[in-house]
Amino acid sequence: MKPFARINLPGVLSLLALLLVWEISARSSKVIHLYFPAISEVVRSLVDLIQSRELVGHLLASLGRFFIGYLLSAGIAVTLGILLGYFRRAYTFSEVLIEFLRPMPSVAMIPVAILLLGIGNSMIVAVTVYACTWPILINTIDGVKNIEPTLIDTGRTFGLGRWKILKRIVLPAAFPYIVTGLRVSLAIALILVTTSEMVVGGNGLGFFILDEERSLKTTNMYAGIVLVAILGYGLNRLFLLVESKAMAWHRGATARG
Amino acid sequence: MVKWNKDSKLNGLMVLLAAIGLWEIVSRLGLINALFFPPMTKILSTFFQLVFSGEILHQVLMSLKRAAAGYFLAAIVFIPLGLAMGIFQWLHRALEIIVETLRPIPPPVVVPVAMLFFGLGDEMKIFVIFFSCAWPILLNTIDGVRNVDRVLVYTARTFGLSQGRLIAKVILPAAAPQIMTGLRISLGITLILVVISEMVGSSDGIGYFILDSQRRFKVTQMYAGMLMLAVLGYALNQIFFLFHKKALAWHEGLTKSRR
Amino acid sequence: MSFQVERGEFVSIVGPSGCGKTTLLMCIAGLNPPSAGGVVVNNVQVDGPPPNLVLVFQEFNKSLFAWRSVLGNVLFGLEVRAKLSQDAEEEARKLIKLVGLEGFERHYPWELSGGMQQRVAIARALAYGPEILLMDEPFGSVDALTRLELEDGLLRIWQNLGTTILLVTHDIEEAIYLSDRIYVLSRRPSKIIQTIEVDLARPRNQITTRAQVKFMELRNEIYKQISQ
Repeated sequence: MKPFARINLPGVLSLLALLLVWEISARSSKVIHLYFPAISEVVRSLVDLIQSRELVGHLLASLGRFFIGYLLSAGIAVTLGILLGYFRRAYTFSEVLIEFLRPMPSVAMIPVAILLLGIGNSMIVAVTVYACTWPILINTIDGVKNIEPTLIDTGRTFGLGRWKILKRIVLPAAFPYIVTGLRVSLAIALILVTTSEMVVGGNGLGFFILDEERSLKTTNMYAGIVLVAILGYGLNRLFLLVESKAMAWHRGATARG
Repeated sequence: MVKWNKDSKLNGLMVLLAAIGLWEIVSRLGLINALFFPPMTKILSTFFQLVFSGEILHQVLMSLKRAAAGYFLAAIVFIPLGLAMGIFQWLHRALEIIVETLRPIPPPVVVPVAMLFFGLGDEMKIFVIFFSCAWPILLNTIDGVRNVDRVLVYTARTFGLSQGRLIAKVILPAAAPQIMTGLRISLGITLILVVISEMVGSSDGIGYFILDSQRRFKVTQMYAGMLMLAVLGYALNQIFFLFHKKALAWHEGLTKSRR
Repeated sequence: MSFQVERGEFVSIVGPSGCGKTTLLMCIAGLNPPSAGGVVVNNVQVDGPPPNLVLVFQEFNKSLFAWRSVLGNVLFGLEVRAKLSQDAEEEARKLIKLVGLEGFERHYPWELSGGMQQRVAIARALAYGPEILLMDEPFGSVDALTRLELEDGLLRIWQNLGTTILLVTHDIEEAIYLSDRIYVLSRRPSKIIQTIEVDLARPRNQITTRAQVKFMELRNEIYKQISQ
């Protein structure tokens, strides 16, 4: 097969055309330049900002909050989800509470968090943990609850007790569902971190972008947005890499089915 | 003596009521800081006060206005676009890279851009919602179209259907369930972003109301606002669910029979 | 209903669909408690899965572990018996060979055909080393040709290992071909309407055994009983 055919020519062309139009109009009109600074300028300021280390501080702050919040919520939600999914009684007790809290968007927790924890890292991490817990929890519970009964019966016919069945059969079988929840939470964590930073200020990429907008330094603002987009994309690819290593068996099974 | 059914859903309800009761007691006794956790009864009374005075409903209406505008605008633009991209491969290839470049941008980050263009008014929030709902609606629509069984399309063609009627009578209904999924996801996103955009740059709306109450230390009011938001979220979900049921009654039966 | 199975025998239960054959097997396997009566294995009342007995399920695709390879699945049977010695892998490979899947050790269940998957399930059950093997329509969802192959494979294993086998099937000829004795069940509510001793010569052969007049007679007899 021609390797050339793999490159999406029309796609690349339309992107380049768009960028070209952008670049030209930005250079020709002062007004447009304010709203749509030339792509070349955005890239240049991005590089400058990183080299001057100004943006690096914000990046690290956001990344730190992201990872702590995400990993913490993953630990809590997966554990809780497995227990609630496996022990039916625990589930019926908590079901109403979960259904009650679910419809409220997690971002509404930001003011409460500010009230209780002030405006700092702990507040941002707390809100992130709260928000990320939901998708992971729900998906984990789903995965554990929807396990094929035949699989459990298989464990029983081989003489395994409840805990052994949980460990050796339920967990591997529910793994794909758990991973789905973890993937969704990845995006949510980024959203909460940037939002919190915009609301409370201080530092972080969210704050940076808003701040630059307020000072009408649009080139910097766009540079920040580009960085966040790259960050989001990079984290996603990282996740996919880890996922593919862990779930080689699942890819084929679902492909067939 | 009533037998205790340990599997009954009532258990969950009782636990919820017990938790609320516990909050009430602990708060009134001062065991936890009543400033941060006012008793539930106080929250509820403030809630109803605000509802009847119309104040909180005004805020909700403001938010709903923006949410509806952004949501429906996104649907009107991106469902047809998704259909086109799903049907015409060349269009999909042409726009694919642009879509994939814009997609990883987390929605909140769009708010400052919107503020740049539209200031702090309704248009800003509508734009944010429009941009954020784009991807779930667009991608699910494309997917839905692509996943339409070939046999279905061949069947329609063998009956001599023209391209236009094929799309309207076969592809659209067949892709509808997946399109619905995109709309459902976008509903949640809409609510979240209305709140975010109001918290970052607004002077009214339910999101602004909650944040503002916190800033003025009107804690009970803040919780009442959150309760209102939860109720709103629940109500919107129910409305969507009813719409889904009506529009896709045939699909429910189909998936049930397949299980 | 009431019946018994002696050690080393190959017994089949035949009946129309929906008559509760699976439920019966689940009771015997200790996975579902019977609403009345009881099951006794080796003079011990069954209350929960007995340690020397394994049930092979009808829906093998839902019973195999998708996250383990063929070898992994078979090893599971050994792991459960705490036999994780050096020889464990060796033993597993022997069983894989016995069911005719040599060379597929590293494959995952989804890569195999229905018949092959069922063989993995059987190998896994055998790895457990049970005295008694229960099988619920093991060849039901497999195509006709593969089924004949699997029948012979099962007989070979049975002759090799001397396990007691109790098999449930809706396929009358299969039951006759495989068993020493057949219990015929009626429609719901089920009871044993006939007990048939199958005294056809062993080792059985797909061509010669099925060509015998006795085979036809048994088949017709059972068919008559079931369709009443």
